Amino acid sequence: MITPEEIKQTLSQALPVEVIETQDLTGGGDHWQVIIVSPAFDGKGLLEQHRMVNDVLKDPLADQRIHALSLKTYSPAQWQKLGA
Amino acid sequence: MAEDVINKIDEKVKNNKVMVYMKGTPDFPQCGFSAHTVEILKSYGFPFASDDVLAESAGRGGFKRYSNWPTIPQIYIDGKFVGGCDIVHELHERGELEPLLKAAFAK
Repeated sequence: MITPEEIKQTLSQALPVEVIETQDLTGGGDHWQVIIVSPAFDGKGLLEQHRMVNDVLKDPLADQRIHALSLKTYSPAQWQKLGA
Repeated sequence: MAEDVINKIDEKVKNNKVMVYMKGTPDFPQCGFSAHTVEILKSYGFPFASDDVLAESAGRGGFKRYSNWPTIPQIYIDGKFVGGCDIVHELHERGELEPLLKAAFAK
């Protein structure tokens, strides 16, 4: 189990983050969906963007505090295009 | 022994236009993420190969090391690692998956 605050804090310490939203998908605290908008994603493919996030969260992923992680990553330009 | 597992994965990834490491089989997926991924792939009608990571023959943890990716499913197109369920879903939504598949099968 991990708290949304821990996820947000860990990510925003490692990456410049403009938007970060977490959703506990099952209510069990270990299946998470995370939406992240970061200028660090500029010009990078989806695979690379997701790798960056997985890398930051590798400890909680490895010890199963996060059992499943669903990611939506956007550069600020991609996010704006979504009209969000 | 560990290298054998990696070599076996490497061979499958290179010998199949589309290779999926998943939980269960395309007809009987054992996990929602694997099921969703297979559903998207099936919708394009291209053939794909798969291995059930829950079955011992698939090579245990080797696929996670091979791709350096922490979760299952894992999708390879034309010998290249594409990503997991989220990435396949997103590429599908953006209309970027079909060109990838078409290019692989055009070769």
